[in-house]
Amino acid sequence: MTGAFAQLRTPTRRNAELLMLLFSVMIVIAAEAAVEAAHDGHLSAHLATYAAVPITIGVITHLVIRRVAPYADPLLLPIAVLLNGLGLVMIHRLDLGEQQQAKDAGTTFGAQAPTQVLWTVIGVGLFIALIVFIRDHRALQRYAYTLALIGLVFLLLPALLPARFSEVNGARIWIRLAGFSIQPGEFAKILLTIFGAAYLVAKRDVLSLAGRRIGFATKKRFVGFDLPRGRDFGPVLAAWLICIAVLVRGHDLGTSLLFFGLFIVLLYVTTERVSWVIIGVLLFAAGAYLSYQLFGTVQTRVAIWLHLFDTSSPATDPTHCLSPAYVHCSSGYQMRQSLFGLGTGGIFGTGLGGGHPELVPLPATDFIMSSFGEETGLFGVVGLLVLYALFVARGLAAALAVRDSFGKLFATGLSFLMALQLFVVVAGVTRLLPETGLTTPFLSYGGSSLLANWVLLALLLRVSDAARRPATTPPPPPVAAAEPVGVTA
Amino acid sequence: MNTSIRKVAAALGVLLAAVFINLNFVQVVKGSDYRNAPDNQRVLLNEYASPRGQIIVGGGTGTAIATSVSTNDELKYLREYPEGPLYAPVTGFYSITATPSPYLGTEGIEKYEDSVLSGSDSRLFGRRLADILTGRNPRGGSVELTVDAATQKAAYDAMKDSHGNLRRGAVVALDPTTGAILAAVSTPSYDPSRLSLHDPSKILDYYAALNSDRARPLQNRDFNQLYFPGSTFKIVVSAAAIKAGYTPSTQIPAPNGYIASTGENVSSCKGDVINCVENFGGEKCFDGTKATLAFAFAKSCNTAFAELAVDQLHGQAIADEAKLFGFDPDNQLDIPMGVANSTLGPSGDLLDNGKLAHISFGQQSVGMTPLQAAMMSAAVANNGTLMRPYLVDKELAPDLSVLKQTKSSVMSQVLTVSQDKLLSEMMQDVVTKSYGTGGSAALSGYTVGGKTGTADTGATSASGVQPDAWFTGFALQGNTPRIAVAVIIENAGTNGSEVTGGLAAAPVARKVMEAYLKAHP
Repeated sequence: MTGAFAQLRTPTRRNAELLMLLFSVMIVIAAEAAVEAAHDGHLSAHLATYAAVPITIGVITHLVIRRVAPYADPLLLPIAVLLNGLGLVMIHRLDLGEQQQAKDAGTTFGAQAPTQVLWTVIGVGLFIALIVFIRDHRALQRYAYTLALIGLVFLLLPALLPARFSEVNGARIWIRLAGFSIQPGEFAKILLTIFGAAYLVAKRDVLSLAGRRIGFATKKRFVGFDLPRGRDFGPVLAAWLICIAVLVRGHDLGTSLLFFGLFIVLLYVTTERVSWVIIGVLLFAAGAYLSYQLFGTVQTRVAIWLHLFDTSSPATDPTHCLSPAYVHCSSGYQMRQSLFGLGTGGIFGTGLGGGHPELVPLPATDFIMSSFGEETGLFGVVGLLVLYALFVARGLAAALAVRDSFGKLFATGLSFLMALQLFVVVAGVTRLLPETGLTTPFLSYGGSSLLANWVLLALLLRVSDAARRPATTPPPPPVAAAEPVGVTA
Repeated sequence: MNTSIRKVAAALGVLLAAVFINLNFVQVVKGSDYRNAPDNQRVLLNEYASPRGQIIVGGGTGTAIATSVSTNDELKYLREYPEGPLYAPVTGFYSITATPSPYLGTEGIEKYEDSVLSGSDSRLFGRRLADILTGRNPRGGSVELTVDAATQKAAYDAMKDSHGNLRRGAVVALDPTTGAILAAVSTPSYDPSRLSLHDPSKILDYYAALNSDRARPLQNRDFNQLYFPGSTFKIVVSAAAIKAGYTPSTQIPAPNGYIASTGENVSSCKGDVINCVENFGGEKCFDGTKATLAFAFAKSCNTAFAELAVDQLHGQAIADEAKLFGFDPDNQLDIPMGVANSTLGPSGDLLDNGKLAHISFGQQSVGMTPLQAAMMSAAVANNGTLMRPYLVDKELAPDLSVLKQTKSSVMSQVLTVSQDKLLSEMMQDVVTKSYGTGGSAALSGYTVGGKTGTADTGATSASGVQPDAWFTGFALQGNTPRIAVAVIIENAGTNGSEVTGGLAAAPVARKVMEAYLKAHP
């Protein structure tokens, strides 16, 4: 059989994945041990719990991948397990800190780590279901419009619901029902990536070829760029309008930026026309300017960003913050505490459990990166960034290697989503950009975010499996046959 | 498509680089700014996160006078001073050190031994590492003081008047043979516990009250307040005279009035207070013309010492001798707290006969700390050898092993042994002779010597401000020097009466010496 030979020539790298998973588990256990040693002075039974999570999810997902996606990239899963595990350790560590704060203040407090363990389990369940049932990513193309509709509903539903069902901390991006709260936008971004990739692959020729040229021709070459046809603007404008709508109703800067960035990149990759990027940046700039003019939330965030240490600005006057009760006083407080945490951590950090990341409001969700920055220092944060960079690089490598256009576009979209979200978060907590309130993938506390990222991982692994699968091995039968396979671009 | 995917990857690389550079900026370049920002509580929380070592008084009792107790609030340990105001001038306080500005920080031993007490001292590094590895809470080391509990308590109580109110002043006691500070009392005092609370508003309220108190309870009089030494300075002038060949029985001029600028002796100053020196309250010294050095010293005759200083010894000899006793503008004492430099004033004063006359009995611009006053007696008691004063006996690791034991050291030799014996006898005369001013310091079973002072505070007598009362002296057991004490009580003298300084301050000194000798027979 040629297939058998092909398998011999193309290693699956599954054992490498297992070894990497072992590293991930060891790092997570070491981190949890450090937290417990610093907090209690000895190791406790908790260590077993926090070791069991990465071991269990690592082993199960690894076995499933061995079976259903043997050629999948060997680095993506260990990185995800490591990030998920480290996030859990940090959330547990922040629980300990907030428990102390609550005890001092005489208030009650709910631990977040057990909930996050539950979400992790659900996330892995979802991951397994997807990677088992979707045997070929191209199958998704067929449901592009249905998925897009679901995505739009997810995206717009919180904005349409009354505030009491959807508003948390000033952003209307939630659906809160019967004690549960989910952020449907997290799933919408994946659904709309599927749609975007499918739609653009279908319209590719029109979008990349038709249009007028703006500029002038010299004897040798043309200077300027191609302007797309007016009617091709339609979908772009629609995407822009949806983003603005999300922003208007939801007060959610981050998600809006994420969607628009995603759509522009998909357009650019499809058409290879820089004009789309220029148009996109101009449209985004206009949208950002408009929203700054119209909405107080945006103005406040920009004011905090610009005048963080300016005591004369009412938004950031620190004299409200001198009370020994450490009340979260003005809105700049959170941002300042984030920077103080990062600065106090310095190059090597205070050691896990040795700092005070709980002083930053919302340390486990939006600001988990500054928690890591404080306790593991510049080295720790850069280490995390490298993990994400590897994740994104492996995703883009799958995009380059996969043979169908949809797969390329889809994997690029998912990788880009991850990268842009991370950039917006880290730039936000380090004051490179105004803070926007996005979660850090895999690390942050929060069910929707974690589930969505496990879904993203399943889809990316599926594409990478297709990318690395030897060409001679026939793809699993049912759906693929119906679909024309895209020619490699 | 692959070309544009690669371009997207490159763009993402640029974003990663931007984040990386910004992280370096935030965590490294601006790191210390953020660490020390006024509203960053992290440094504060860490400082209070582990127990600070104790400050222990000596004398074998091992009583802790500053100790950290665990609390339920966010700052895990509270600094407490079980003895309240008694040891405040020594321990200082340990207040929330985070800015903004009205916060106080630390003072006293808390400040100068902070590295040991907090555990950050490099000598404690190995132990700190062991604590972390074995999971014990890192602790600070302890500081054992030379202060003797019984002596300190006696000194503090002796500063109370007949109604039980604290008089303003200070007491310093030294072991003459080592320089160990046995007592350091400054009254009125403050309660360091109340400056070391975790509630900034309570601290600031108490601090404001202390700060506006006209009795200046925050002032550490022992080491930081310069007073006119008054007649106690005659110890220095006498030492200079003995060095120049005088003996206690040498006859020196002792007129009723002396005009330094012309060297003229007069029978009365007739109200010329600027140029003419007279004895305190215009008293006659012996016979109104001359007296022995010992008599002039015991009776504390200003005219005799003014004429001795101006006509015979001159300024330089007195300044040289004073420097040996510790009046040194160039070298600050370090006990380990900084001590104000006692001084003779501007050096030009020594060349001006009129001013030198006033320096000879401790006025003009002479300034002396109570510690310096005790050092004078200690040197005379210890055969002319002045030992360097010190407050910290031992620095201890958290396991109470000794990190450092202070060794006593010689600071100077003020007189030879035989010369010193003469001065010692002159000081004993002050206490034993009927014409002496310090009779109330006498202590049966011990040889007590001393010198009184009634120092004008600079205001004229007419203003009604009473002079400060001084006594500095020592107790010998046989020939062994046991304790040297200096006492000052502000405004406790009576204008026009030299003997009043001794009457007010000498009994305090006696009580202090008595308490020490009883506790350490």
